Amino acid sequence: MTAKQPDGPTAAKRSRMDLVKAGATRDGVEIIHYRKRYVVPATKLERRAERKVAFWLFVAFIGGAGYLLTTIFWPWEFKGDTGLNYLFTPLLGIFMTLGLGGLGIAVIGYGKWLLPDEESVQQRHGGPSDEFEREATAATLLEMASATELPRRKLIKRTLGLSILGLVALALAPLGGLIKKPGRALYTTPWKAGSRLVREDGTPIKPADLKPGGFETVYPDVPHAVLASDAPTLLLRLRPDAAVNVRKGREDYHYGDYYAYSKVCTHAGCPVGLFEQQTNRLLCPCHQSQFEVLDGCRPVFGPASRSLPQLSIDVDEEGYFIARGDYTEPVGPAFWERG
Amino acid sequence: MSKLEQAPAATANWIDERFHPAGFLRRTLNKVYPDHWSFMLGEIAMYSFVILLLTGTYLTLFFNPSQQEVIYQGSYVPLRGIEMTQAYESTLNISFDVRGGLIMRQIHHWAALMFMAAIIVHMIRIFFTGAFRKPREVNWLIGVTLFVLAFVEGFAGYSLPDDLLSGTGLRIASAIILSIPVIGTWLSFLIFGGEFPGELILGRLYIAHVLLIPGILLALIATHIGLVVHQKHTQFPGPGRTEHNVVGVRQFPLFALKGGGFFMLVFAVTALLGGLAQINPIWLYGPYTPGVVSAGSQPDWYVGFLEGSTRLFPDWEIRAGGVTVPAIFWPSVVLPGVMFTLLALYPFLEARFTKDRDFHNLLQRPRDTPTRTALGAMALGFYAVLLLSGGNDILALKFDISLNATTWMGRIGLIIVPPLAYYLTHRICLGLQQHDREILAHGVETGIIRRLPTGAFIEVHQPLGEVDEHGHPVPIEYAETPVPRRLNQLGLAGRSIKGFFAPIEEPVGNGQHADTGTQRELTGVDD
Repeated sequence: MTAKQPDGPTAAKRSRMDLVKAGATRDGVEIIHYRKRYVVPATKLERRAERKVAFWLFVAFIGGAGYLLTTIFWPWEFKGDTGLNYLFTPLLGIFMTLGLGGLGIAVIGYGKWLLPDEESVQQRHGGPSDEFEREATAATLLEMASATELPRRKLIKRTLGLSILGLVALALAPLGGLIKKPGRALYTTPWKAGSRLVREDGTPIKPADLKPGGFETVYPDVPHAVLASDAPTLLLRLRPDAAVNVRKGREDYHYGDYYAYSKVCTHAGCPVGLFEQQTNRLLCPCHQSQFEVLDGCRPVFGPASRSLPQLSIDVDEEGYFIARGDYTEPVGPAFWERG
Repeated sequence: MSKLEQAPAATANWIDERFHPAGFLRRTLNKVYPDHWSFMLGEIAMYSFVILLLTGTYLTLFFNPSQQEVIYQGSYVPLRGIEMTQAYESTLNISFDVRGGLIMRQIHHWAALMFMAAIIVHMIRIFFTGAFRKPREVNWLIGVTLFVLAFVEGFAGYSLPDDLLSGTGLRIASAIILSIPVIGTWLSFLIFGGEFPGELILGRLYIAHVLLIPGILLALIATHIGLVVHQKHTQFPGPGRTEHNVVGVRQFPLFALKGGGFFMLVFAVTALLGGLAQINPIWLYGPYTPGVVSAGSQPDWYVGFLEGSTRLFPDWEIRAGGVTVPAIFWPSVVLPGVMFTLLALYPFLEARFTKDRDFHNLLQRPRDTPTRTALGAMALGFYAVLLLSGGNDILALKFDISLNATTWMGRIGLIIVPPLAYYLTHRICLGLQQHDREILAHGVETGIIRRLPTGAFIEVHQPLGEVDEHGHPVPIEYAETPVPRRLNQLGLAGRSIKGFFAPIEEPVGNGQHADTGTQRELTGVDD
């Protein structure tokens, strides 16, 4: 850089533009083209440009004032699907757009329509620093490092390493408070032997409540079961003529035509919410895994690789559905320890 | 001079005597920035971030991230009496019971979508023009980090209202974390404070969303832009432009006016969207409960590519030796990991394969680097198939085709689209280059057909440079810069007439060049 070089006559003796150019030169900038857009002031064209900028500034004012007045006076309280309140948010949006957009156009327009046209060239000073800077800085750093004479002080070197380890331990140890032992949490659900199958509103279900081909989402009758991620279960009543392939060891899981399967997809845990009565398939709307209800809810398409776990059900003496126990395998998405 | 007239000079003197900013201030004012429409893409991202900070701060004044269950009693009648978390309740309150709250929520959401879109489009621009080359590799890495962080930030914000869609998204995220080998279960329990959903996750996402990640984003954005200022902006090749200069306008007044005005315009667009285009109407979805889902569940668009990969990947679960690697691990952890790693390493890989160790301040046109451009098109093709597959259920519904067919289209497309994109792009780049070379060799087509004495017809070309003694153009060397394709790009015909109500073109006369409406005298600087 030429920072300390004299730039010709002193400031007082030069015109302003000469000073601007001298300053720019010192900054490595050459203004190669700088031209007023309107040499003769107040021509028709210039006044038109001024009016354009003024118009957009006025639009900005209208937008701001409109936003304020709408906020104060417009009936904004929500009153169902009718009424003026429905226009409140759109009106605010329009006024905010006018306020900000008007100012934006005016500011850009001022530069494009009224300010002098310019083209400048600046020299780059990228790349590595010059040789002296590099060597002097390297020498300074090396001198500082060697002044510690650490390689010689073996005792400090080792204890320094230990103290850094201690610092790392100090930083990590508080995070231990975040650790929660998974335990058996992923292997158990709120379902217990004798839990009644209840709807979301807590009402129990009798066999007569479901038509053939019908289904219902059920939860165990314990508090907050609706909020548990592994509780949702589908109670399906298959048509009497459905050719069900009952799995070995699960001969007594179903109650007549009634089958209960976990509603939690074994892929990503979404509720398997769509039941196609015609094909007896369950579809997960998240990633489109499909499960064959007649064959133990085996996955037949999509990314899921495990069948939906089956809940063993029965009917109690009052005629309501109950679970005969918890699920016999983990519900929901798979994990490392699941095996 | 009166006291008032002296005030600015006195103030400037007062400041300079104490902080002597004169030199620094002038250097800042004089700094030159090049101009090209594509340079504003990164600006859109930065302005969106500012909008997000402003609207987001407003939302925190009303939002409550608690997972405490309450009974809704607010203005939105259809949900009255329903049990929900305070997070969902307070989001409903922002939408219905805070005067002017809904528009802030919607601007915030739209600005988030725009932030991600601008980041990606900006990155595509940087990639295809080679702006990531030495000495700017570190800024590319910062940019990729910003992309990943903005993704996480967006997802955290999307999860906060605790509506049905956001809860479902969080459920899938928990399954993805669970799928990580060895540590997945423990990591999931660490993040959620127990089995999903637990009672802590919204509070944790909240502090990450409003403090932790924005703080890091802010610091990285400052570094990102600081490096652009320090290293000076790249420029496209053109007359007078070299590796050692920057041609453009000074920071003040023109560049600053354009930037400031453009910020206002970006804000205006998000305000228009936030006011008129409904987004994420959480009151229609209802509160999250694990047993409920709606058909057509879709995440925000920038998560779509992961949703797509998760839908397409087959059920390849590994079970061996008493442990399981769930199928979802591959498309949702490994694939994005590989994608972002390749993205981050690209500048270094390219430098290694091309053995290019030079400094580059001039950008390249995509056609002049056919291999890079084709690789980029290949990656975009891959991404596009994933993104489309993220909505394959919507495609199946709208086009009335089998859902399973759309899955297979995505699976096959993922294999054949990228190489096809590579091949086509490579050919197109070479063709465009060839066309530029032809114009340099023969000149611009004039549209004038001439009949030769022999009876043959030829088209007259306007040579771009010198001609030899036979009138044939002397070929001009290809310089990887834009080449004029039409006669009026040569300035021979002047500009075409602009204006709707009246032509605003000045008549040509007195040797003056016709121009657009402004009185351009060929005078020098007037002070």
